[in-house]
Amino acid sequence: MNFLVAGVGGQGTLLASDILAEVGMRAGYDVKKSDVLGLAVRGGSVLSHVRWGERVASPVVRKGEIDYLLAFEPLEALRGAEFLHSESTIVVNTKKVPPVSVSSGSASYPAKNQIEQILRNTAKAVHFVDAARVAQEIGNVKVTNVVMLGVFSTLLDVPFKIWEEVVVGRVPTKYAELNRAALRAGRDSKNTEGEPS
Amino acid sequence: MNRALLSGNEAIARGAYEAGVQIATGYPGTPSSEILAAIAKKYKDEIYAEWSTNEKVAMDAAAGAAYSGRRALVTTKQVGMNVLSDSLMYVVYTGIEAGLVIVTADDPGMFSSQNEQDNRWYAKLAKIPLLEPADSQEAKDFVIEAIALSERFDTPVLLRTTMRISHSKSVVTLGERASVPDEVGPFIRNQEKYVCTAMWAKKRHPVVEQRLINLADYAEDTPFNRIELGDQNLGIITSGVTYAYAREVFPQASFLKLGMSFPLPKKMIRSFADRVDKLVVIEELDPFLEEQIQAMGIDVVGKEIFPPYDELLPDTLAELALNAGLIHQHKRSASTVTAPEGLPPRTPVLCPGCPHRSTYYWLNKMKMPVAGDIGCYNLGCLPPFNAQHTMGCMGASVGVLHGMSIAGLPERAVATIGDSTFFHSGMPPLLNMVHNGSRGVVIIMDNGTTAMTGHQDNPGTSWSLHCEEAPHVEIEPLVQVMGVKKVLTVNAFDVSAVENGLKECLAYDGPSVLITKGLCAQLDRTPKPPYAVNPDECIACGTCFKLGCPAIIKSEEINEKTGEAKAKIDPALCVGCDICRQICPTGAIQSGMTDEAGER
Repeated sequence: MNFLVAGVGGQGTLLASDILAEVGMRAGYDVKKSDVLGLAVRGGSVLSHVRWGERVASPVVRKGEIDYLLAFEPLEALRGAEFLHSESTIVVNTKKVPPVSVSSGSASYPAKNQIEQILRNTAKAVHFVDAARVAQEIGNVKVTNVVMLGVFSTLLDVPFKIWEEVVVGRVPTKYAELNRAALRAGRDSKNTEGEPS
Repeated sequence: MNRALLSGNEAIARGAYEAGVQIATGYPGTPSSEILAAIAKKYKDEIYAEWSTNEKVAMDAAAGAAYSGRRALVTTKQVGMNVLSDSLMYVVYTGIEAGLVIVTADDPGMFSSQNEQDNRWYAKLAKIPLLEPADSQEAKDFVIEAIALSERFDTPVLLRTTMRISHSKSVVTLGERASVPDEVGPFIRNQEKYVCTAMWAKKRHPVVEQRLINLADYAEDTPFNRIELGDQNLGIITSGVTYAYAREVFPQASFLKLGMSFPLPKKMIRSFADRVDKLVVIEELDPFLEEQIQAMGIDVVGKEIFPPYDELLPDTLAELALNAGLIHQHKRSASTVTAPEGLPPRTPVLCPGCPHRSTYYWLNKMKMPVAGDIGCYNLGCLPPFNAQHTMGCMGASVGVLHGMSIAGLPERAVATIGDSTFFHSGMPPLLNMVHNGSRGVVIIMDNGTTAMTGHQDNPGTSWSLHCEEAPHVEIEPLVQVMGVKKVLTVNAFDVSAVENGLKECLAYDGPSVLITKGLCAQLDRTPKPPYAVNPDECIACGTCFKLGCPAIIKSEEINEKTGEAKAKIDPALCVGCDICRQICPTGAIQSGMTDEAGER
């Protein structure tokens, strides 16, 4: 199983992909993961490839072989589209983070319906989630990444207990309950799909 | 069995722990920086770790520790190896008392580097063994092997990773720490071995050559070099992460997988070559293996199929292999989609609240030539600043500025260099400017950290890698005692102070230093309210857009006379640094307001 986690520096993309990889390991898979950070902290794109399998050789996935795209931002979801195949599933956070090329007026952000159309044409299933709003309701927008994982956990056949253990193990103790709540809220919110951004 | 999911860098740290390493030194540089960070975080009680001022200092320190009986590890990125190499070359002759491994993290694909050099050549140049792990498990195992090899053959050992090894994670089986002595000493006085004066070093050279022959014998037997026989139509010799890629693209082929890739196991290579019909070397960057195998008189191809630049990711490998007839079809699924075209790029920018912004604003306005250096401030070369005209390597800016001065340029030039880079290698060229009567302004952009590589401490901060208090070195008195007569320190967030300081230094007939001081925005935890633009006052002059601040965005409101968009500020991004307020000609930008645009 191949996953692509796509987001923007500062969104907690790396933590999320670390958790996803570790969940796979705990579930008994061989796991590999590769991050491309670039200058992520200065607002660049962040891409992580995560692979679960019997035996995984390459940490990098080939185009057309990503089964699940977990996108923290709609524009980054589009960027990840070329890695997908027609049976892929996409979970996308609808909250936009416009790049400087857009905010400075030198480029324009793709329209909402255009994004929806491209993603729906690309993959078999697309779940739009307003994860930032869910996180805000729990009390901290910073746990958007874990809300996204909560949504994602419903798509994979791994006991939820493993997800909880890994999430709690990966965050500072004082934020453990907040993150547990975020994971559960994500899991429960899957059926209340957000509007495409 | 105790297993963990570790990055290559974390696995190297774990390997150092298990190998009984007691000293770890280095200078931060992508993709190597996390090794020492992991050691300092996880193995603080067992391993002394430090950020040294530069890679050469790190190498000397590790050598001194290894001479003293402590197992030692040095980390560097590929270009840092150039700095380190002067010191490596004497350790090659002296050997060590306890194991010494140098970890170089190369950057094929240049994710964060100024070149794509292949550091495997350093093993050949220095005549030392080279290990190349293909995943995190090997990264850990090879550190242990490197320490063992180092002690068995009395040599420093080079362990080379690439970004994909350092930054990829895979499952690692954990082991126990080797037992190492608590106490060492006294120092072994063995001058003929450890003093590289010509008369003694001359006797060491044949020792180095014999050692290399012994190592080549060892390379035949090590389990880290292995033949994996498959379909014998195609034989692939490879090392490092390309092994993992090639396994994916050529699942049926035969492999000679080299974990120890210098000196080469020539008998094993000949035997492999005899067993396959077509022999191919797959290696990222230079034809390091290929040239040596060709020199053995073996018919092999490599670079004529796989170019000596960029990564050889599985997709790239498959494409090239298909073109060369090595495979007959892509494994790629038929339904591959293409990326939508024309997506807006997400290029890196100076953060909101960055203290470097005011300096590049003025350098752009004043239009003088700028010799740049390595750090976040290299982003000053991009629009809207376009205010960096050379950039080569750590510390180069100051020497290049001196070169501009002695060349007799008709205009005054400046150099921009960060605090950590100045400590790393900016001091000798500044002394050189003083000594040789240069002219020009060295702007030391002191943001109180090594920001680019992840905020490591340096002599100008007050903390060590182990998070213990360290002496704070102030740059102004330092450059004064170096003989610079004109030294000014200004607040980087005071725009006119930066302008005046720059003008005063430019007017000075000699070498001058302008220190622009302001804490990195990523470290400044004092909350300041976001600013806002009053649309009634904004005339859409565009001045604030010249700051390239991600928080300042174009508004839907336009100036009806000019048709230009007015500015607005994204309160989620603005950190209230005040720089835009100071340059706004109409006073339209104010603190603490929330305008309508502010609600997101």
